[in-house]
Amino acid sequence: MSNKTIQVDALESEAIYIFREVVAQFEKPVLLFSGGKDSITLVRLAQKAFYPAKIPFPLMHIDTGHNFPETIEFRDRLVKELGVELIVRDVQDNIDSGRVKEETGRYASRNMLQTETLLDAIEEFGFDACIGGARRDEEKARAKERIFSVRDDFGQWDEKNQRPEVFDMLNGKIDLGQNVRVFPISNWTELDVWSYIEQEDIEIPSIYFAHKRKIFVRDGMIWSADDAVVYRDKEEVVEERMVRFRTVGDMSCTAAVLSDAVDIAKVVEEIRDSSISERGARIDDKRSEAAMEKRKQQGYF
Amino acid sequence: MKVLKIATAGSVDDGKSTLIGRILYDTKSLTDDKLEAIEEKSRQRGFDYLDFSLATDGLVAEREQGITIDVAHIYFSTPSKSFIIADTPGHIEYTRNMVTGASTAQASIVLIDARNGVVEQTYRHFFINNLLRIKDVVIAVNKMDLVDFSEEKFNAIKGEIEYLASKSEYKGQNLTFIPLSALQGDNVVHKSENTPWYKGETLMHHLERLEPEDINDESQTRFPVQTVIRPKTEEYHDFRGYAGKIYGGDLAVGDEVAVLPSQTKSKIKTINFFDKEFETAKRGSSVTITLEDNVNVSRGDMLVKTNEEPTIAKQLDATICWMDKEPLQASQKYYIKHGVNDAQAKITQLSSIIKTDFSGKEENPSVLELNQIGEIQLKLSKPLAFDSYEDNKSNGSFILINPKTNNTVGVGFIK
Repeated sequence: MSNKTIQVDALESEAIYIFREVVAQFEKPVLLFSGGKDSITLVRLAQKAFYPAKIPFPLMHIDTGHNFPETIEFRDRLVKELGVELIVRDVQDNIDSGRVKEETGRYASRNMLQTETLLDAIEEFGFDACIGGARRDEEKARAKERIFSVRDDFGQWDEKNQRPEVFDMLNGKIDLGQNVRVFPISNWTELDVWSYIEQEDIEIPSIYFAHKRKIFVRDGMIWSADDAVVYRDKEEVVEERMVRFRTVGDMSCTAAVLSDAVDIAKVVEEIRDSSISERGARIDDKRSEAAMEKRKQQGYF
Repeated sequence: MKVLKIATAGSVDDGKSTLIGRILYDTKSLTDDKLEAIEEKSRQRGFDYLDFSLATDGLVAEREQGITIDVAHIYFSTPSKSFIIADTPGHIEYTRNMVTGASTAQASIVLIDARNGVVEQTYRHFFINNLLRIKDVVIAVNKMDLVDFSEEKFNAIKGEIEYLASKSEYKGQNLTFIPLSALQGDNVVHKSENTPWYKGETLMHHLERLEPEDINDESQTRFPVQTVIRPKTEEYHDFRGYAGKIYGGDLAVGDEVAVLPSQTKSKIKTINFFDKEFETAKRGSSVTITLEDNVNVSRGDMLVKTNEEPTIAKQLDATICWMDKEPLQASQKYYIKHGVNDAQAKITQLSSIIKTDFSGKEENPSVLELNQIGEIQLKLSKPLAFDSYEDNKSNGSFILINPKTNNTVGVGFIK
């Protein structure tokens, strides 16, 4: 026994506490996994919370079909290593059956369409708690979110009547049909997540690091030109630059940033000095001032 | 990095959101895209100055009405530390949201409009800070620019708050008074030339100096068991770990512990954190513990050191802040959640309503309404192992849940 005292990391300790509350209070939890850095961080925290047992719930990916190929390859490898179940539900299925209509045009994205697929999956499997990697520093409607956020059977968030959440007591009691969205890293900032990834030496998909990519610029934002799902006008000029992605969402609404941060230490440094917020590169949030609040009321995660 | 959690409270139009916006702006914590959005919105609405409240009032209804309805959490850092501000609503009807935001705060800022002085809301905000026993309270006297930076006005407000503090039961509080103008930035981050008579620190300088620590003072060790970890694999065939977070004090391998409420004794065999074992763990760590003996431990049980046992009882006296539209009445039944432990609770007595202006109590009321604070006695369906809130915040507090709606309807502070 060579280790003396555990270094207390308040944010990590809080997240582990929340994971354990989920498993103790709910019958069918699931971790919503997008392959992004926040959900990868959640997976590490879940491992820590239950070690030496395996993570006691499945991961679920609501697949827009617009993923960066690197993310999917990474996802499948991680799941295999962990030995946990992965559930994938495709937005494409709802588009094919005509239940949802795909947006068209230069700002088209499948981000909104994920909501319907998520709600269907919650019903299909009877999940009562969906654990997600949302953080309060991301966006001002998210800043209002509780750690246990109760949703009705339409997945709606009643933002004006949220349950009081005092001290660290989490009330997970719900009626049949309701479910709870759980956010263990609510109090982390983007920099906290990156620092943790560095400290823990967690592997993340390569698109988070600077790489050469064919891109084009629209409205001052940088878009990937390699991928068919990103709409591009003929007159929009393609060039090759060193870029990386700060968030990994639907390719059609996730912009890249110019960067030479080729490793985690440089990424942390870049984030620390950044004067643009993380969601500044998410076109879906720029639609209106209340874009996120509206999506959440409709059951978006 | 260490995180200092601060709650803010103020009445409508005291300039709370403006103050937070000013802090973010002067500490260069607003990113370019967020600042642009604020500039554009302020212009659109025809304001002469930047409306920083747009940075924090995140709900449509809040922006419409120009008030804060629910707690917003705001994150920023200076070179020395990270801060979380819980921006809580000032309206009396949102008191429960204020308690939510302030319950985990180490420090609190109470805003007062220098023109209006101490108003009814201020009493309430100050009272809740005392009820929660928040250690560092800053009285920020705002809008000093509108009273010509008058020292007299400032001192009058200071005197009134000091009088209230003298009536409070909680004597361990550090009170700091700062005259400022959030709109113009006086004494927020930069020292003001308009208040030469003020010899104290700026608000940010003061906050920078506070040492972030657990909201729980160091006290006796409490380890409530959240869940039992049994891997059931070849390698860990007999592993039986008790997972939980440590409160109050430290735990070390070899410590003699009692399992509560059964009072079975054993010794700590290992302290595990992820794939490593440790000799000691401090309060605040989430760990997994194994014991020397094969004793019966399940969720809701608590491990304590054998010479440090808390009260174990089937009834308790508490102060309660009521958070539900349906009032509390004697003889009603609720679920009680005490840390990670659940039981049923019956209100056996509602003995008083405590007036939040420090003017005393109303004895033997018939009901306790939303946002009122009262004194109750509870009978429990099983024994709980608790401390007084004064001795141990986490083991001295509880919530009540309405079994019909599943909503959290009250927060209690055990006497």
